[in-house]
Amino acid sequence: MGAQGNILFSGVGGQGILLASEIMAYALLAAGYDVKKSEVHGMAQRGGSVTAQLRYGEKVYSPLIEPGRADIQMAFEMMEAARYLPYLHKDSTVIVNTQKILPPSVATGKATYPEDVLDHITARGIKVVLVDAFDLAREVGEVRTANVVMVGAISAFLPMAASVYEEIIAARVPKKFKDLNLKAFTAGRKASQG
Amino acid sequence: MAAIGDDLVWMSGNEAIALAAYEAGVKVASGYPGTPSTEILENLSTYEGVYTEWAPNEKVALEVALGASFAGVRALATMKHVGLNVAADPLFTASYTGVRGGLVIIVADDPEMHSSQNEQDSRNYAFAAKLPMFEPSDPSEVGALLKEAFALSEEFDTPVLFRTTTRVAHVKSVVKKGEKIDSPVTPGIEKMPAKFVMLPANARVRRVAVGERMVKLKALAETAAFNRVEPGTGQRGFITSGVSYLYVKEVFPEARVLKLGMCWPLPEGKIRAFAGEVDELIVVEELDPFLELHIKAMGIACHGKDLIPDQGELNPAIVRKSLDPASMAEQFSAVPLPMRPPNMCAGCPHRGIFYNLSRLKVFVSGDIGCYTLGFLPPLSAMDSCVCMGASVGIAHGMTKALGAEAKGKIVSVIGDSTFIHTGLSGLINTVYNGSNSLLIILDNRITAMTGQQDNPASGSNIKGEAANSIDLEALCRAVGVMQVDVVNPHDIKGCRKVLEKALERDEASVVIARAPCVLLPEMKKAQHIPYSTRLADCTGCMACIRLGCPAISWNPLTPEEAVASGYKEKQKGFALINEVQCNGCGQCQALCKFDAIVRQEAE
Repeated sequence: MGAQGNILFSGVGGQGILLASEIMAYALLAAGYDVKKSEVHGMAQRGGSVTAQLRYGEKVYSPLIEPGRADIQMAFEMMEAARYLPYLHKDSTVIVNTQKILPPSVATGKATYPEDVLDHITARGIKVVLVDAFDLAREVGEVRTANVVMVGAISAFLPMAASVYEEIIAARVPKKFKDLNLKAFTAGRKASQG
Repeated sequence: MAAIGDDLVWMSGNEAIALAAYEAGVKVASGYPGTPSTEILENLSTYEGVYTEWAPNEKVALEVALGASFAGVRALATMKHVGLNVAADPLFTASYTGVRGGLVIIVADDPEMHSSQNEQDSRNYAFAAKLPMFEPSDPSEVGALLKEAFALSEEFDTPVLFRTTTRVAHVKSVVKKGEKIDSPVTPGIEKMPAKFVMLPANARVRRVAVGERMVKLKALAETAAFNRVEPGTGQRGFITSGVSYLYVKEVFPEARVLKLGMCWPLPEGKIRAFAGEVDELIVVEELDPFLELHIKAMGIACHGKDLIPDQGELNPAIVRKSLDPASMAEQFSAVPLPMRPPNMCAGCPHRGIFYNLSRLKVFVSGDIGCYTLGFLPPLSAMDSCVCMGASVGIAHGMTKALGAEAKGKIVSVIGDSTFIHTGLSGLINTVYNGSNSLLIILDNRITAMTGQQDNPASGSNIKGEAANSIDLEALCRAVGVMQVDVVNPHDIKGCRKVLEKALERDEASVVIARAPCVLLPEMKKAQHIPYSTRLADCTGCMACIRLGCPAISWNPLTPEEAVASGYKEKQKGFALINEVQCNGCGQCQALCKFDAIVRQEAE
């Protein structure tokens, strides 16, 4: 990663994208970058497709990432990885949680979940890193830490040391879930390094 | 960059407004929740020494803030763009009364309609109500501008509008904490009838004062630091404000820019001088050609909406495509994928009512809230939705238009908070003017869509302290509704009977569907006993699938797979409940004729 970068978070409302993007923002701030993040609240949070956009650099103006300029995409769901393909460029890295969450049209039998959905990304020569965040979170002992597993996974692609994230996670999650979340972070970091 | 945690904080535009309001010495703040404005009051309620409240609607919120200003303290009203329509009546006359303590009205616009029914441009209110309007570009600008707004409010005897948009309100950046300051105004009761009593003789005098005030504000706009020229290179010069400024800087970092921190009134002299320095003047603004029209009215030639779209929100890519297409990044085309719209939660009480409405073949006059999602398939049970409280009046109007033909065919649905907001006056009209339309109040005990805000029916105030809870049944009876039924919306069959009976009545009636929102903290904590599918008994009839519950999924089978699974060859699939997602409402069980859905404890 260079002196500036754009990280796109995508997933389904309720997957904990906001917390994950907050941890990333604090980690980049700790590394001395100017950071801006854009979120959408309200109607978008009832199980709909959601994104958060994070930009960092020496000086950041726009809070929104331009199509074709996201350097890392952190996708919390497979179809939501492919949906934002226009934001990627050929040197992007896409970290995908291999979870499938059925949209209403699929769950009610009106459409089918595209089986080859990640092929759309790999066919463009874009690097895809698969992380079974749900399963890793279950191994850690709490499925709700899947978002922090994903933070661990992306952390391997950024210059900040693990301790930077760990300090932020410890400060930002409820005390009784602190150890679980730290374990989730480590599991995710290991998974994408492996 | 200095470390976060000293006097630098990482916060959203809404959090920054709350911080700045506290620092500016605001004593009273009132508002109604509405995306993207809601978090302002939620955050402000956590600061010491500021009274905050959720009002039943934006008109009341502005009147409360105006009253606090009359009493000599700094006051804030917060709302989304459509809320300012509700508050427009006090707004236009508050412009005449002016203030004692500083009065700022935050209005949060939602270009692109991320969570709104229209994308009106509230800057037009500044022109129409003859009020100054400030517009920050990001959270870091909020503090200085909001304090400026309060000082200006007191100095010029005017309410001040403070406009944000979604990409300011819900953007996070580094914010510098500021000094806490106090208003120079002394609080107390001061009778100033010539200023506060707007009967015609007084109002005519105040109208002149408003005109004089605007002249002074224009003079201020010429010299104030918040309207600044940023030097640069190139033939083009940009005039911009709000978040659009950031898009201009992103795409043209070297260009000359006139950045307006106050978008009304405009600094004509400054604009004219800036226009004279550049070969081509381009106005970059979201939504309406507000700056452009007023600049053109000054006789200054400029580009604007001939190049930049007047619909939807802007972003750097749109600015680039409109003004410098050669610098566009290469772009992969989008992949066709099933859409993922938002949905009502698993166990949402609204689902039971909309399921019944979808079966009753009625026209459903809907309203604003989570329950607007009842429009989406497979329920598809909403036929109109216009604005807060409109459901009741629209149902009455249709009933009056159609007479006997409408009997039993028109239903309005409204949430508890929306009913209190502006639905009640519609119900009073329905009873007073005698129509037999049926109103269903979806009482989930909270203002849910905007993120669980308390309201006058929920029993708590903004701080979570115990408060009066409106007795909705008694309220409906008090306005003259003779038949008020209360149902449990999860009891689909029981509800159906009550609704069918209510539709047969010759007079106005109300059904209150009462069950708590599943996102309420106490509901989240509660141990739900999930339901599960007894797969051997599932016949693939899809009755439960028609609820559209996110915890139930359809799993298609080929004839071979069906046989291999022990089903009849023609069975097309089976339904499966995700027990982690299931909140145990039981609506699906009531629809299963084959006892294939069981409560887990019964297994």
